[in-house]
Amino acid sequence: MDMGLLGQFIVNGMMLGMMYALVAVGFTLFFGVLDVIKFSHGDVLMVGTFAGFSTYLGLGAIGIDNAFVQLVGVLVVAIASMALLGAIIARYLVLPLKSAPPLNTLLVTLMLGTVLREAIRLFYPDGSNPKRFPALLPTDSWTIGSFNLRADSVILLVGGLLVIVGVHVLINRTRLGMAIRAVAQDEETAKCMGINFKMIVLLTFGLGSAVAAFAGVMNGLYYNEINFGMGLLLGVIGFSAAIIGGLGNIYGAILGGFIFAALQTLGAVALPFASAYKDVFAFAVVIALIAWRPTGLIAEKTSERV
Amino acid sequence: MTQSLKDKLIILLLAALGAAFLVTFIAIEEQAEIFALLVFAGVLIIASAKLGLTDKISQSLSRNERLLNLSSIAAMLVVIFWFHEDHFPLLMIATVLLYVVACCGLNMQFGYTGVVNFAGAAFFGVGCYTAAVLGGTGTPLLLVIALGGVMAAIVGSILIIPVLRTRGHYAAVVTIAFGLLFRTFLEVNDTLGGPQGLPVSGMNLFGWDFNSNIQITENIEFSFYMNYVILALIMVILTFILMRRIERSWIGLNFDAVRLDETAAACYGINIKRWKILSFTLGNFLAGIAGALFAMMLGFIAPSNFAFSDSLILVSIVLLGGMGSIWGTILAAGLVVLLPEKLQVIQEYRFLLYAVVMILILLFRPQGVLPRNLRSYIPGWRG
Repeated sequence: MDMGLLGQFIVNGMMLGMMYALVAVGFTLFFGVLDVIKFSHGDVLMVGTFAGFSTYLGLGAIGIDNAFVQLVGVLVVAIASMALLGAIIARYLVLPLKSAPPLNTLLVTLMLGTVLREAIRLFYPDGSNPKRFPALLPTDSWTIGSFNLRADSVILLVGGLLVIVGVHVLINRTRLGMAIRAVAQDEETAKCMGINFKMIVLLTFGLGSAVAAFAGVMNGLYYNEINFGMGLLLGVIGFSAAIIGGLGNIYGAILGGFIFAALQTLGAVALPFASAYKDVFAFAVVIALIAWRPTGLIAEKTSERV
Repeated sequence: MTQSLKDKLIILLLAALGAAFLVTFIAIEEQAEIFALLVFAGVLIIASAKLGLTDKISQSLSRNERLLNLSSIAAMLVVIFWFHEDHFPLLMIATVLLYVVACCGLNMQFGYTGVVNFAGAAFFGVGCYTAAVLGGTGTPLLLVIALGGVMAAIVGSILIIPVLRTRGHYAAVVTIAFGLLFRTFLEVNDTLGGPQGLPVSGMNLFGWDFNSNIQITENIEFSFYMNYVILALIMVILTFILMRRIERSWIGLNFDAVRLDETAAACYGINIKRWKILSFTLGNFLAGIAGALFAMMLGFIAPSNFAFSDSLILVSIVLLGGMGSIWGTILAAGLVVLLPEKLQVIQEYRFLLYAVVMILILLFRPQGVLPRNLRSYIPGWRG
């Protein structure tokens, strides 16, 4: 195969993997602290991207057209608003159903996802059509042989990596992270040790949603197009990635995200008949992987055996 | 007046009231009138609940189940014959009936055995596409309907291993992934029509063409949808009998045991896998036959009919009616299908509204509108 094309596939796959990993980290954080699946995660990502897009339009309207300032504005607004939205969802929808059957939490968040999706479609100006997301990053590129490396791809990849490392440091090196890990291990004991359980849950949901918002903006910057339905697919893929890696395990989520992206890229490259089947292939592999390792490649520590 | 006579009168009155309500609801077109009728019905229901009438009525109902079922069918027939020459109302009624069949299938999975299935629309779609592919080949069309169900069950069996090995969230993601996979597959597969979809030939029973109007006499002509409505009603009745029989049999008992506590059920020697497979397959079969007839009735199908949001609507119906409650499913299917058709205002916003209503239901009345009662083995038995 042509080296340039191969390089292109690799960069594209890495980018997809980074996005999936960021979404999967959110799922795994929520599952860690509360043992729940928040299915609206993908749609929160979408809303975050639209919030960022609106910020861009707003900044343009008041006459700020410096790309760097715009980028910072978009990121800050998207991340902050989604962190808030995540915490609100946790406070009013997830925590009240804490003692209900897990299916109810799943359904409530699925329905919330629909509400967010439909709200954007119906109430955002011209929301049912795809929007053109601005290219705010430098558009230089380096040519190595026949391979063309774009600067914005590199910046996005490094940015995604920094966020993942940041989350990792936050979880493993700070007092807040210690509290999150404590709650994830044992809620009762954590409470006895004086940890404000509710606050930690809200912060975790905020953190996960903020990471998702970053992934959404990243998606917008990379593809230069956003639409109201992008969250559903990214959410399901992120969830699958978190499950492939093993829920509750951050490394598993990252691994799962990259595995899924690799499968999709492989599907597009290797399947001779049509790359149109790449999503079909990827989902089929997810189903097969779950059938093979029901609790993920890095298994949950406790499991009930009968 | 004796108690039993009173019960019977109450039921007949209710059936008459229900038929009258449905006829008015479907017949009127003016948005304000429809809204007024709904508010009136809502006030009536809330008032009777406050006055304690609902409890009394439900006791009467449970004592006379056979009469209740028969009078419901009679009421339904009255409604159908009232609209015998109007295409659109009959189409709506048939859609509701087929949704009831499909949702009964989902109910068997969610409500009886606790197997989650978020790909209901996909199995419905398998039935539709079976009808589309086999419709032109000269296969007897009643057989095609059955084959639609069988195909759905076979396609579902691909998912059996992942569904059996997983629970809760994990099983949910398997079915969601399958639902998305199914739609993507249809959109890229050219032999099945791709995104444009496929035409479906209409039902034809022993040379009796379902797609032409029925001429009874000079003046009386039945709409061709009448055929489909009657066939759908027969399917609903059969499904209802199947669901009730299963619920009251040892099979239903095993289903409930599996749902309530897998570990305990396994300890008592119940083969969890067997019952999960049975309910999953049977549920998909029901969704498949409903889909096959639906496709013949519409005459045209496309992948966009089987999106993830359609699966969520099917789940919403089950949830709104109450897990495991058949009457609840019937009521909820009626509400979910008819309301947006009649109230044009909400047509555009229906997904949003359903989702909001579902969130409220889950937060404040998780058992649904008509919760499933304790199983009664002998109709009318007071224990």
